[in-house]
Order: sequence, then structure tokens, then C-alpha cells
Amino acid sequence: MRVALFATCLVDFMRPSVGFAAAKLLQQAGCTVDVPVAQTCCGQPAWNNGDANNARHLARQMIDVFYDYDYVIVPSGSCAGMLRHHYPTVLADDPDYSLKASELAVRCHELTGFLVDVLGVTSTGATFDGRLTWHDSCSCLREMQVSQQPRQLLTSLPGCELVELPDNEVCCGFGGTFSVKFPEISTRMVTDKVDAIVATGAATVAAADLGCLLNIAGRISRRELPIRVFHVAELLAGMTDTPAIGEES
Amino acid sequence: MKTNTREFPQRAQEALLDERLQAALGKARGGFVDKRRAALDELPEFEQLRLAARAIKEHTLSHLEEYLLQFESEVESSGGQVHWATDPAEACDIAVSLCRDANAQLIAKGKTMVGEEIGLNEALEAAKLRVVETDLGEYIIQLADEPPSHIIAPAVHKSRGEIAELFESHHHGEGFLRPLESVPDIVDEARRVLRDEFLAADVGITGANMLIAETGSTVLVTNEGNGDLTSSLPPVHIVIASIEKVVPTLEDTTILLRLLARSATGQPITSYTSFFTGPKRSSDLGGPEQFHVVLVDNGRSQMLGNAYRDMLRCIRCGACLNHCPVYGAVGGHAYGWVYPGPMGSVLTPLMIGLGDGHVLADASTLCGRCEDVCPMSIPLPRMLREHRLQSHHDGLMKPLARGALGFWAAIARRPRLYRWLVERKSRLLHRIAGKRGYLRKVPMAAGWTNSRDLPAPQGGSFVAAWQQRQKNEGSGK
Repeated sequence: MRVALFATCLVDFMRPSVGFAAAKLLQQAGCTVDVPVAQTCCGQPAWNNGDANNARHLARQMIDVFYDYDYVIVPSGSCAGMLRHHYPTVLADDPDYSLKASELAVRCHELTGFLVDVLGVTSTGATFDGRLTWHDSCSCLREMQVSQQPRQLLTSLPGCELVELPDNEVCCGFGGTFSVKFPEISTRMVTDKVDAIVATGAATVAAADLGCLLNIAGRISRRELPIRVFHVAELLAGMTDTPAIGEES
Repeated sequence: MKTNTREFPQRAQEALLDERLQAALGKARGGFVDKRRAALDELPEFEQLRLAARAIKEHTLSHLEEYLLQFESEVESSGGQVHWATDPAEACDIAVSLCRDANAQLIAKGKTMVGEEIGLNEALEAAKLRVVETDLGEYIIQLADEPPSHIIAPAVHKSRGEIAELFESHHHGEGFLRPLESVPDIVDEARRVLRDEFLAADVGITGANMLIAETGSTVLVTNEGNGDLTSSLPPVHIVIASIEKVVPTLEDTTILLRLLARSATGQPITSYTSFFTGPKRSSDLGGPEQFHVVLVDNGRSQMLGNAYRDMLRCIRCGACLNHCPVYGAVGGHAYGWVYPGPMGSVLTPLMIGLGDGHVLADASTLCGRCEDVCPMSIPLPRMLREHRLQSHHDGLMKPLARGALGFWAAIARRPRLYRWLVERKSRLLHRIAGKRGYLRKVPMAAGWTNSRDLPAPQGGSFVAAWQQRQKNEGSGK
């Protein structure tokens, strides 16, 4: 099975360890993993800000890069959601790409959803020691229907005690450019989220979207709380030796 | 009503710093969410009802003219009259002239959001009519001279203490029954003052939650019974309703009612569900001599044919407000016009124009919880994005933001340049952060770094590192 890893621009730029972790998990499960070098950004910032023209350009570029693979796997619910649910709309009026967009859409998966639903992975061979809480990103939860899959994989890690986050259905306040356009509202939302994380008593919080994680980690770091923030792929691949997001090296 | 939508960012900031408001919002948010959850847990057929309700509305919208004409003819056969209003001004003129025809001086008014939308109170007051709001929440904000901050709980932003203060200053001299220490005390006090108004009113104006085509009835849900008094005590009853409120049958009405109260307040059904059909018949003991329905379009028939058609399914339950983290953080007044929260951010730009309203469409993380809880499955995030597409097309975005996004896209569209930049930029930021792992200040990103650190990149891009690794493995290193 030939699988392309779309790392996403945030992972590419901020946190290569997430990309390596994702590739490791896929390879372990028997996939041949390719990382196409021409990948850039899925165009979500353009699309969510109403820039249809750039969104179309980037969607076509992405389709050219990824179309020939059996699957496109994304360590992010929101970027996977962009490919799966939005590309067909973005390119609906494009005679050359509308069909391709729909064909690619169904082959695109969020990483943990793919591991569990398509590959039937039940454990990853890693271990984790301690109490962990899970942040459901809005796009994983509502757009990609990914919520049980990461929980299944995380609870399969020997030593991992998964505690549920109160108000887990509530957004962390990242929202891409929202966090910059409405910083005070965003701050209030992430503060509520961090308070909820603290209330669980977990020493680690994980999620499947680096956007949320940067937001949460940024707030945790500013409040100097002793909570480690990781992408789910890093935990599942046993890469907790890597400094956590925003953590001292 | 005055439009303050452009000031949303400033008003939101003020709201975040308003401790009384924050306390009131915190209480309300949890209450609404938990009560709805509990109500749905006892309704296993919720999803089926939701599908059925959606189908009813879709069908009605496809035959809207037909059902509205049927409604009109049924209202007439029961002795009432229907008036058609294209825009707010026409709707207000109709209402005012109906009041004048009745030689009215005092108007008892029930809660009506479409009344707010058309600026009915201002129009009535400009015609020298005295208007008394009879819904407790509306009465409170009328005393406070404020617009509603929530579509079903207009005074949700007020604490009990603030309400007691308002009553004390406005009812001064009339003598309280007892000190206003509890919610029942407040309700009793409002009831005492309003009773005389009901009896003295010349015209009663209410809204409508539904209009039933097959019977010509209007349906009103309330929890205080004020709707019944407003509609049946004064000699003239005027119903103000927007055109999408029509449903074909009584049976359809019951399906929508089962969703409405549960989604709104978590009640299985509201305390009062009233059906008004025509004026007083000779066999009736009481009721109005005249029954009028003013049907308001105000852009809705246009929405039938554009990207916002789904919005016409809205039954105004307020679930999207109650579950919206932005609404929950800033409350309804920050939005600056009649309809707040996600449904408002879709409707407002359509009603007051995108120039004034586009900022509201931006004030969402597109988290999708509104669509998730909407009993009519309205794709609110899609429509917010639709507004954003139009704003971008019309050049309404701030030049700096537009420039920054365009710059980003221009780089992302050039993979080689992109690769080169990502590689260098990530190493640079990594070096600046040093061992610390985060940046406390970043130029141009004060909005982020005022409250958050920016985690530093690990240094070097993933794609380049992956290629290097593949090369090394290929050459056996």
C-alpha cells in the first residue's frame, strides 16, 4: 500500500518529530511511506479567510502532488478535513479538477483514524507512563469523526491512564487566523481550556492537531504550568524523549 | 435598532473585562448546555425528529408562496386579516396604522425578535404610543433601555442583583410587596406592575414561533403566560411574523415543537404553548375583537434562491448561541445588532449589509459546534465562510491581513521557494529561542504573544530532514 504523508505546513515548519512519528507508525503498520517534496500548505488559511482564488490554486497544486497515491495521510484533523470535505467545494466549478478533488477526498485520512479504521491497528508497541488527557480538536471531532480512534490507541499504551477533559467538545480558541484577529477572545477560550486540563490532574495533554497544541502549549508555557504537550503521533511512536511542545531542550 | 456591528472587536474586549457580565454569562452557558443535554438524553428519537423537521421545513420552503397564501386565506376565513410587508419600514407602518385605527394609546407587547429586527418599538414610540414589554426579560431590558442580548433569554446578561436594582429605581413609589431577594420575588413584582398594563392596553402585539397554513393559526411558546394575556385581553391582537415561520399542518407543528423547547431551554415543552386562530367568536367568552398578522419578508424571499437558503430553516431556539464559545465569552451585546451568536453572524450581514456585518462572520473559529447542536442541522460554518468569500471578493478585509495572507499564499504556491524559506526560517527561530524552547515576543504577532508564548520550531523542515534520511539510508549510512 503506497501511502503519501502530507505533513502539513505547521509540522513541516514547527515540529518535524511529528512527521517522523507519523511515518514510523505507518511503516510499522505495513505501509510504504512517501513524503512528496513539493508539498506546501493545503490552503486552509486562504479558504477560511475567503480567498477563493488562492485556495483553488493551492488545492490544484496539492491534488497534482498527491493524486497518484493510494492514500494521503495527514497528522491533523483540520488539514485532513480541508482535503476531504472542502476541496470538492473549493474546486466544484473547475472542469479539470472537480472530479479529481472528489476522488482524492475519499482517500484522505487523519492519521489515527486511518491507523484504526483502515489498517486495524490496535497497539503501537510504545509505552507511556502517567496520567494523560486528550484534547479533541474541533475538526477531528466534528469534521473527521475522529474521537474514539486516538483514545483506543492511547489507552493501549502500557502505563497510560487516560482521563477525559471536561467540556471536551469546546474549541480551544485557536481557529487559525482567528487567534490573531481576535486575540482577547482566543485567550479567554484557551485559558478556559487550560483550566480544564489542569482540573484533570494530567501531567500530559495530547491532540491530533498542531494548531491547537501550539495554542495550548503557548498558554501553558506562559502560565508556567508543569504540563507537557505532545502530538498524539509522538506518544504513539514512543517519542516522549523529544522535548515537548514549547519545552526547554 | 442602532447598528454597532463594526465595533465588535472593541465591544468584545469590554465585555471580557466586565465582571458582572462574565458572571452572568458563565451561569447561563452551563445551565443551557447541561439542560439541553439532559433533555436529549431522554429523547432517543432526537435524530429522527431532526430529520423529519428538516424535511418539513425544506418542503415548506419549496412551496413557500403556496403555504403563505393558504395561511392568509385560512386567517381570513377565521375572521382575521393578513398584511404583507416587504421591508421593516412597511411592516412598522402597518403596525402603527393598525394601532391608530384602534385609537390606541397603550400597547402591551410580547417578545418578538422580528419586532426587534424591524425596529418596531422605535416606530411605535415615534407615533406617540406607549409600549410596555410583557415578557419578563424584555420588560427588564426595556427598563434598562438596552436591546436583548439573547434571542430567547433577552436579559440573560443581567444578574438578579441588577434586576432588583432596576425594579427599585423604576417602580419607586409604587411600594414593593416585599424585598426583592429571590427570583419569585422579582417575578411577583413584575407581575404586580404588569397586571394593570394588560388590563389597560388597547392593542396586544406578539410574535409567532410558527404559522400553521391549514388552520390559519399562529403558535406562540412562552414560559410566563404573558403571551396569552397580551393576545386575549386587549381588543386588538397583532401578530408580527417573518414569512419562513409557516408550516403546512398542525402535525408538522408538533414535530417542530418537540425540538424547539428541548434545544432552547432543555424543557420537554414550554409552560405555555398557545394557538391563536382569528378574533373572538360569538361563542367565546373573551378574546380580541380584531386579529391581524403582519408577514415580514425583509430579504427572506431572496435568501430562498441563494447560498443562505438553509438559514430559513432556523426556528430561533438559541442552541447555537448557547454552545458558541465566542458568544459565551462576550455575550450578545458585543455583536452590535439584533441577532447575536452564530445564527446572528449569518443573518446580520444579510440584513444590514456585508460592509457593516462582515466582521461578525470573522468572529468564529468555525469550530462547528453550532451546526452540531442545531435542531435543524443548519450549516452555519459554511454560511459564515460564504460571507468571508464575499467580503474578500468585495475587498472588505483589512489591507494588512489581506496582504499577509496573500504573501503566505504566494509562497505556498511556489514549492521550491517555500522549501528554501521554511528551512531557513525554522532554523532562525530555533536559534533565537535557544535552549528555552519558546519565544516570548514575536514582531507583528503581539496578539498571540500578549497572552501566550510561541513554541519554537525544532529547527529545519520535516520534508528536508526526511529527504536527507532517505538519502542516508539509500547510501547505506
